[in-house]
Amino acid sequence: MPRGAPPASELNYKVTRSRRNVAWTGGGALVVVAIFAVFPYQFNSGTLNLMVQGFIVLTLASMWNLLAGYAGLVSVGQQAFVGLGAYAVLFLNIHSLSMFTALPLAAIFCGVAAVPLWWLVSRLRSGYFAIATWVLATTVMLVIEKFPSLGSGTGMSLPNTPNLGSAVLEADTYWIGLAVTVLALATVYLLLRGRLGLVLTAIRDDEVAARSSGVRVGSARMLVFVIAGIGCGAAGALLAVSQLIVQPSAVFNVQWTAEMAFAVVIGGIGTIEGPILGTAVYLVLQQTLSSYNAWYLIILGLVAIAVVLVARRGLWGLADDYLHVRLFPVGYWLWTPEALESRRGRVRLLSRAQ
Amino acid sequence: MAWVSAIIQGILIGGLYALFACGLSLMFGVMKVINLAHGDLAVVGGYIAVGVIAVTHLPVLLSFLIVVPLMAILGYVLQRTILQAALNRSILTTLLVTFGLSVVIENGLLQFINAGSHSLGVGNSIITGSFKISSQLQIAYLLLLIFGVAVVVLLGLQYFLSRSKYGRMIRAVADDREAAQLSGIDYRHVFGIAAAIAFGTVALGGIAYGMYSQFSPTTGTNTIVLYAFAAVVIGGLGSLWGTLLGGIVLGVAQQIGAQISASDQLLAGYIVFLAVLVVRPQGLVARGART
Amino acid sequence: MTANGTALLEVGDLTVHHGQLRALDRVSFRVLSGEVYALIGANGAGKSTLLRTIAGLHHPTEGTIRFDGKDVTRLRPERRAASGIVMVPEGRRLFPSLTLEENLQIGASYARKGEWTIERVYAMFPWMRDRRGQRTEQMSGGEQQSVAIGRALVANPRILLLDELSLGLAPVVVQRIYAMLPQILATGLTVVLVEQDVSQALQVASHIHCLLEGRTTLQGTPADVTAEQVEAAYFGLSKAQEALWPGSAPSSKAS
Repeated sequence: MPRGAPPASELNYKVTRSRRNVAWTGGGALVVVAIFAVFPYQFNSGTLNLMVQGFIVLTLASMWNLLAGYAGLVSVGQQAFVGLGAYAVLFLNIHSLSMFTALPLAAIFCGVAAVPLWWLVSRLRSGYFAIATWVLATTVMLVIEKFPSLGSGTGMSLPNTPNLGSAVLEADTYWIGLAVTVLALATVYLLLRGRLGLVLTAIRDDEVAARSSGVRVGSARMLVFVIAGIGCGAAGALLAVSQLIVQPSAVFNVQWTAEMAFAVVIGGIGTIEGPILGTAVYLVLQQTLSSYNAWYLIILGLVAIAVVLVARRGLWGLADDYLHVRLFPVGYWLWTPEALESRRGRVRLLSRAQ
Repeated sequence: MAWVSAIIQGILIGGLYALFACGLSLMFGVMKVINLAHGDLAVVGGYIAVGVIAVTHLPVLLSFLIVVPLMAILGYVLQRTILQAALNRSILTTLLVTFGLSVVIENGLLQFINAGSHSLGVGNSIITGSFKISSQLQIAYLLLLIFGVAVVVLLGLQYFLSRSKYGRMIRAVADDREAAQLSGIDYRHVFGIAAAIAFGTVALGGIAYGMYSQFSPTTGTNTIVLYAFAAVVIGGLGSLWGTLLGGIVLGVAQQIGAQISASDQLLAGYIVFLAVLVVRPQGLVARGART
Repeated sequence: MTANGTALLEVGDLTVHHGQLRALDRVSFRVLSGEVYALIGANGAGKSTLLRTIAGLHHPTEGTIRFDGKDVTRLRPERRAASGIVMVPEGRRLFPSLTLEENLQIGASYARKGEWTIERVYAMFPWMRDRRGQRTEQMSGGEQQSVAIGRALVANPRILLLDELSLGLAPVVVQRIYAMLPQILATGLTVVLVEQDVSQALQVASHIHCLLEGRTTLQGTPADVTAEQVEAAYFGLSKAQEALWPGSAPSSKAS
């Protein structure tokens, strides 16, 4: 404040939501979804398969981003929910429920399962939390492997697949996958734009201050963990539906965490656009290196390490720095008196998690 | 009798787990790095031993003479470059970087070495035999040797940390990095030494594991890293001998589980691990909460 | 040895930021060999920041630090300690898991050649010899402060930076600690100290330097300045300052 200026209470400061882009984003999103919805009519089985893989990874990535980028919970064990979601579908299918109906139920089941699992790990911080989630996932896998009715250690195919032609089956799988992804992204966006986003930012900035302001820190974190459980469970259920077979070493593999974490990190942690970009990169890598097996994970890993060390905010962060674009605005703008005067130079607040 | 044998086996295998764990504990105690790639480093050590033996025809028992210093140097270099860069940013960054390293190492091994299992075997040495206490109770010499090596390593580490100049500097840096700087200590160099020790000891563990059992590129992330963390957490962070205690508890829990059912061996260990995390995260030995 | 008149330590236009906050604003001073240079000021004035920047723990946004004629502005803290700039940090900062003697041994890790050895420190503080195997956590504040000073001395510094020696200590203890200063100076050291207790500072200092909100408000020898001037500079009473020292008050400078 320059000396000789009037006190702040006499000056005009305004705080507005990032509203200008929302209408554009909402409309744009609908258009994008509509475009994606007609894919099954245009593209062949291989492309559709790839898209479904992309849906799985994007859902997982947006959940991991919510956990690590916004709530500060670095989980290396989300594969527990991927596996639980897949096995829930298997279980329900064994009991004669259609696998498509089973999917949302499986997701809900994972949300419920997340509560006792959260209780086990909630008091741990950062590194300990990460390891605990990893052990938890391994333990869940070992427990499930004890059930012969679920295929024990070798797994089992879904016994009651729908009696549809393969093209229709693929299309249905694709549309369910699209629905899951859109729902996941929309949920994360709306949550972060609402009260939870503010709460998480407050906790991230200063946990003690947040707590003494009445913020229920534990509840907020648990909510995020449960939502991530639902999301990852839905992804796992989608995996089961698309593969028609559930094997423990595949669905409980820590590789899922690697893929979702790397997608988020490369795309840009702490932004909603980041996971989308990261998943795109992941898909491109997967396609170009698919015949080279382990290579895509090696490259993905190296790129992720490089990004984390060099371009901390990922590819979207770079785009943001240069283009100042926000597809999913969750922030606020602060208009200083000077900015109100000239209608330029507003200051961005609370728009990023990191 | 089977139970007695199982428990003794569990205690002795605790030595192996302590070898895995002491480096992890050191890296966290000194520079607050949780090295998610720790297990893969043991496997790397094992594969380097395979290569060294193939090239030099050294007996298995002596392979560590080359592997351990090599891994120690690798640890110093990795710490001074990538890990230090990650540390300069944030804890999240170090977790991500070490996780990334784990994935790269594991898949690198899968890519360049076939995915099958390798065993180092024990060669033509006396340790193929067992120590016969009774007709039903036998203890493999190899297990005794591994336990003995673990104890020697821990003793050596303890002596190094409490008596030597560098050990003192490591403790000082772990206590208060800035105050150590004010006394002329370059903490980056000290971090490097700690990492070198960690990489060296875990490589030793990898060789021991290769002699006792078999490993493959995925063994690091599948089991070893979890064993190491289990031993550290159960025993208590910051305590060297705690890692031995933790290793023993883990080993015994696993053997008891195996007695119940062959498939419950791993599960029993992890359940104990989780129980400790929930009930007493600071571990059995360490005092005060350390999360 | 620095020839008389050449400053051992020269700080020029030092500006330091903590994030957005400007903690130091164009601070300059010179310390000659053998001096006791006292930095005084209220809480938050920037004294500790200044000392820490000289020690190398903070990077200045602008300005230079010259030690014995050489530019050390970009030198890492451990290198500065090894070349003779040693700080006794605020709050002692002893190593809790090390014994008293080990704390001293750490101090001697990269020591320069000189008179100060661990034995010499024991000679100055005989009680330490008996308790050298003990951890320092249970020791009294005054004892800990002595150990911290000893730890710095065994490095054989040329310039000793003392940050808030009196913090948390009883007045009697503070007196005793400051009474050691002549012994320390006798071995050829130069001292720069930060002190909130102004009267204590005035007793021992050859020069005082007052900071307020990161800016220099007063510089001079204790003989030159009056109590009113010090008070005005310490608290920043603009009118008083303007009356006594025209042109020095903050409001008369461009902000």
